[in-house]
Amino acid sequence: MNIYDIIFYLFAAVTLLSAFFVVTTRNIVRAAFFLLFTFFGVAGIYVLLGADFVAIVQLIVYVGGILILLIFGVMITNKITQVDIKTGTIHTLPAAIGVGLFTGVIGAVILNTEWFEIKTDIPVSTLSTLGRMLINEYVLVFELLGILLLVALIGAASMARK
Amino acid sequence: MEVTLTHFLILSTLLFSLGIYGIVTRKNAIMVLMGLELILNASNINFIAFSRFGNFGLQGQLFALFVIVLAAAEAAIALAIVLNVYKTFVNVNVDEIDELRD
Repeated sequence: MNIYDIIFYLFAAVTLLSAFFVVTTRNIVRAAFFLLFTFFGVAGIYVLLGADFVAIVQLIVYVGGILILLIFGVMITNKITQVDIKTGTIHTLPAAIGVGLFTGVIGAVILNTEWFEIKTDIPVSTLSTLGRMLINEYVLVFELLGILLLVALIGAASMARK
Repeated sequence: MEVTLTHFLILSTLLFSLGIYGIVTRKNAIMVLMGLELILNASNINFIAFSRFGNFGLQGQLFALFVIVLAAAEAAIALAIVLNVYKTFVNVNVDEIDELRD
């Protein structure tokens, strides 16, 4: 077991434990903070997989944007003055059984498949390759995503304002 | 045990299952959104793991970036909807908002 494996298990444990607390804790604000640790763990996994730029984007967009948005949603839609930021759960036992079965099936499929692995050499910085791909083969997707994001944000702002 | 593609796939399966569990069991709409974010992260781990261990170049990482952009748009729209639901029904519990049921 070398240092790479130890770091992988560390980040995987952080990710899975905090994700478990996100879906089980009753306090919404606490769940949002555990979600922060989940995103950090996933960013670490990205770095281990050689995706440095995606890891940075994950930190900036998820932690800096989406999580703040979720916390704002929590603050606006709960009466913060009363201490009632708890939330209930329903159907926990059937959901646990169903999800457990699903995980078992997918896990068995993954473990029993002979994966054909080629460990490609990822360049030290993926940024220039990704940038070239974005303005060459994927320029249409890139522009469409830009328009989609613009329309979505304008729509969200006008829906939330009225 | 050396870390291979299988480890990353199992990790993403577990994350996906936790997200599904959160979506199914939570009452509060914002908690359902958090489950959704877990699922999107699991799919991103899969994209990047296959990009690393398959011979596809960096296309997996590019699609992970696209997924992150879509997640941002989805979170903004969903929060606006949740806000309007809160103004109309005064709570955001998805099991109590059943006006359309007769």
